[in-house]
Amino acid sequence: MIERLSLQQTIDMFVYVANHMEAVAARLNEADQAIGDGDHGEAMARGWRSAREALDSGEFNSIGDVVSAVGMRMMAAMGGASGAIFGTWFKAGGKSLAEDETFSSEALIILLDHGLEAVQARGHANPGDKTMVDALQPAATAAALAGTRPISEVLPVVAASAQQGADSTRKLVARMGRARTLGERSLGHPDPGALSTHLILQHMADYVGTL
Amino acid sequence: MAKKFINDPQNILIETLEGLVAAYHGRMELVEGVAALAKTEIPDGKVALLIGGGSGHEPLFHGFVGENMADGAACGDFFTSPSPDVILAATKAIHRGNGVLYVYGNYAGDNMNFDIAAELAEDQNIDVKTVRIWDDVYSAPPGEIEMRRGISGDIFVVKVAGAAAATLKTLDDVYRVTTKARDNTRSIGVAAAPGTNPVTGSAFFELAEDEIEIGMGVHGEPGVSREKMIPVDALVTRLMDDILADLPFQSGDRVCLLINSLGSTTVTEMLIINRRVREILIKRDIAVHDTQIGHFAGSQEMAGFSISLMKLDAELQEYYDMPCDSLGLTKQ
Repeated sequence: MIERLSLQQTIDMFVYVANHMEAVAARLNEADQAIGDGDHGEAMARGWRSAREALDSGEFNSIGDVVSAVGMRMMAAMGGASGAIFGTWFKAGGKSLAEDETFSSEALIILLDHGLEAVQARGHANPGDKTMVDALQPAATAAALAGTRPISEVLPVVAASAQQGADSTRKLVARMGRARTLGERSLGHPDPGALSTHLILQHMADYVGTL
Repeated sequence: MAKKFINDPQNILIETLEGLVAAYHGRMELVEGVAALAKTEIPDGKVALLIGGGSGHEPLFHGFVGENMADGAACGDFFTSPSPDVILAATKAIHRGNGVLYVYGNYAGDNMNFDIAAELAEDQNIDVKTVRIWDDVYSAPPGEIEMRRGISGDIFVVKVAGAAAATLKTLDDVYRVTTKARDNTRSIGVAAAPGTNPVTGSAFFELAEDEIEIGMGVHGEPGVSREKMIPVDALVTRLMDDILADLPFQSGDRVCLLINSLGSTTVTEMLIINRRVREILIKRDIAVHDTQIGHFAGSQEMAGFSISLMKLDAELQEYYDMPCDSLGLTKQ
């Protein structure tokens, strides 16, 4: 059981996520071909590659610094709607965690809650619009319900909720972004951004599982 | 995979921009460290005009930087909006103390990234105002005009914005005139074959040999209907019915007309299209003030065309008629 992650473990966790997000690029591209322009995996890989460079070379005084660095690099390296959205998630989370020196379940709640709030303010998506919010919102709810339990117990639950949320987007008609124009034709396909949201949280959980 | 005259696909964007800079003979330069361009001579106190968007639609957007046109452009990767740091760097490179107007096509990625950049610019005491272009009639119903995409009508809006920014003294005034140009511009398009992403080599969509899609977007966004190919006069008649009804353009109006190739559609075809467009406009008693025919806003070798109309009043006509010089549009 792991109560909380040290600063170095938090850095290592996001490096682990970065490595694994690059590995799933082809799968995410494929999902994006169905309802988008087929480059979501490539953009994610580009963003996380840049984030890993920052994690490898930077000096960090708080986990907020680490999370902010991930957000800034994703936003700068990805471009597009996904760069703005995923960058906003981590930048907002990082800003709220600037004083924290460990990654606890409380920190996870803040990362998800404040991230969700900022993402919705930026992109104006609501639950049910077939976006990454449909994975991030249940993840945030699951984290809040799990409360102060150890991070090694909370992250798998949060990841599972995000996965359910991502799966649920198959049944939704897109109402945002380029996929919106597909209307009913978007049914049956999951939202690539929701898949990415699940995979990021899943890889965070998997990292903690290796400790 | 389409045959393309390129080098390493990873270098396409920077090589495109270097070629563009070379064509400007010292009047434009790359902004250091990012995929953005700025004019080399921008007077102090000028309201600056920044345009931008995903690359691959050349000459849109970066080919409309120039004399009495945009002062700079922020360039995203192919078919991806630029990120806020690129937009912010371009903003700072062209800002001359009197605000910056952002003008770009209405796409979710562009909207968010330009908005983030605008907030960062405001933090650095640079005033920013934004005009999003939403001229594509088929992309959403009239009641949801703010959901519409920006296509070749971009050229009219940027033309007027560039002239206004070269003339008017305040950001608010340039914003007002640019908004008026946007609100009086409508476009309509049809696709016959996809372009391919030069970086990945993949086609944007599939369309049968004998099919066209009315209203398809420049990234392959679905249009209003997929149909069998028909003679172009009948097709143009239908397109003109829809575009004229939308603003609406009415008897006695005076318009600028633009016939735009999405890539591989030829000047021959566009002239035949223009012939029919003019017949219809004459019949409707709509006067054509100026006609532009060519490649303005495309999608690589995509086959298809779009028609844009901007309804003029005395003010818009004054700014439209101002001489300008850029790769994508030059007027004497």
